[in-house]
Amino acid sequence: MNTKINLAGIEMKNPVTVASGTFGYGREFNQFFDLNQLGGIITKGTSLKPKSGNKPPRVCETASGMLNSIGLQNPGVEYFAENDLPFLRKFDTAVIVNACGSTVEEYVELCKILNTLDIDGVELNLSCPNVKAGCMAFGNSYEGVKEITTKVRKVLDKPLIVKLTPNVTDIASIAKGAEDGGADGVSLINTLLGMKIDIDKKRPVLANNTGGLSGPAIKPVAVRMVYQVAQAVNIPILGMGGIINGEDAIEFMLAGATAISIGAGNFIDPYTSVNTVKGIEDYMKKHNIENLKDIIGTVEMN
Amino acid sequence: MPVQIYAELVEKVKLKDDIYHFKVKAPEVAKVAKPGNFIEIRVSDTTAPFLRRPISIYNLEKDEGIVEFIFQVKGQGTEILSSKKVGDKIDILGPLGFGTFKYENYEKISVIGGGIGVFPLYELSKCAKNDNKNVNIYLGFRNKDFVVLEEEFKKVSDKLIITTDDGTYGEAGFAINFLKQDIEKEEPDCIYACGPLPMLKAVRELAMEKNIPCQISLEERMGCGIGACLGCAVKTAKSPAEAPEYWHVCKGGPVFEAKEVEI
Repeated sequence: MNTKINLAGIEMKNPVTVASGTFGYGREFNQFFDLNQLGGIITKGTSLKPKSGNKPPRVCETASGMLNSIGLQNPGVEYFAENDLPFLRKFDTAVIVNACGSTVEEYVELCKILNTLDIDGVELNLSCPNVKAGCMAFGNSYEGVKEITTKVRKVLDKPLIVKLTPNVTDIASIAKGAEDGGADGVSLINTLLGMKIDIDKKRPVLANNTGGLSGPAIKPVAVRMVYQVAQAVNIPILGMGGIINGEDAIEFMLAGATAISIGAGNFIDPYTSVNTVKGIEDYMKKHNIENLKDIIGTVEMN
Repeated sequence: MPVQIYAELVEKVKLKDDIYHFKVKAPEVAKVAKPGNFIEIRVSDTTAPFLRRPISIYNLEKDEGIVEFIFQVKGQGTEILSSKKVGDKIDILGPLGFGTFKYENYEKISVIGGGIGVFPLYELSKCAKNDNKNVNIYLGFRNKDFVVLEEEFKKVSDKLIITTDDGTYGEAGFAINFLKQDIEKEEPDCIYACGPLPMLKAVRELAMEKNIPCQISLEERMGCGIGACLGCAVKTAKSPAEAPEYWHVCKGGPVFEAKEVEI
């Protein structure tokens, strides 16, 4: 049984990664299991300079999911390179840095630095719904995504995966922008913009009013979008959105994802990601699949 | 190091209509847990509700491997939890929180709690008392119907004052007023507090004014409970050069030095 896959030039022992912002820089989960079991780790969104993040409350529960508005709190790339990367490099797992910024120049500067680090790839975050400047502002048009991808591509030799927002009318055209800008892959979906109101206080629960919805509640939307993007582009897809077990992961791969990320699922059970690896293997046994990569995009439409 | 285990519910006591006292067999948690630690409970193996419930530890019986917690039914999650039966296995993550109550270096401590915030103060008081510290406890409740655990706290204190807002039980008024009176006579080495935010703010202010060390246990809406999601942010009172703008209740806390956080 072979679970190896190649995502945008990144060799991984299995397709299971952990989504940006749900796994920190790995230390917290290493208390529970050996990180070597993962195909890859997508780091917390990391910016050129440290970011404080948003006021609390930053999270709240919703039906089969949650809203978050963390606001990209992170210690900055310099701190990451000195303190977190050496830790992550102790493991035999792909390290992909989620890169975020407020201006095109910031993304470019950040990626220049990332290009010099011992990392396996960059996930360009053009889709965080919780910060005012940057991110989603670039991510919601074909031209915006193409422009920033092109500029980053010029300074980055490492595999470049562009993370897309689902808060758009036509996700396939956005993905095309990444492909035309020179991305090696796309990842989707980031969270869906949502809001929850405290009916006693008559105010939104989150201090930032709105936040990103994640968890199993968004999975059908994510599977549909992965399928649509798979039809539109020729670069591989890192699929995510509500995956909590092997069966969910297989669904994304059938829809066209080469690899997958566990996001909010990490919060309900620290072992969700490694259990997903086992679940994928169980499915392969049950269906006599020798090479996992053979199932990518093999869904047959009605 | 926290663990995730399925702990057997060995005893369940209904303290009030909506308040339950659970004892679970969790030796791995009991062994390493400290006063102030909490656990996160996944009440259902479905995704409804989705997130774990953070609940403070009330008492530890380390030799027997027992972890005790008390909770109030507030919504869907605690409702499901309250329906668990003796013998059921409960999915527990813990012990959580690096910021715990520190009492070792003090001799005379004052402990103040309000409402359902009194629960995590029991393990602290018990440990301090066993360690021959002088423990004065001040617990405030809304009215006589809300008073809980008086006998238990009496056993782990040198002095216990119970107050009710309306005077229907114990002393009338807020617990902090009685703490204040005692401080005028003799200052404790440290004050420990857990309870509603207005109470915590008042205790923090009092401690800072008198320059008495003070440790407070905080709550915030929480995601992972282990410091990964950065959801449960609390503003630090330190300068940007000393600390980031936000710490997290699940990691830096839940117990913080009062003067180091803004609440």
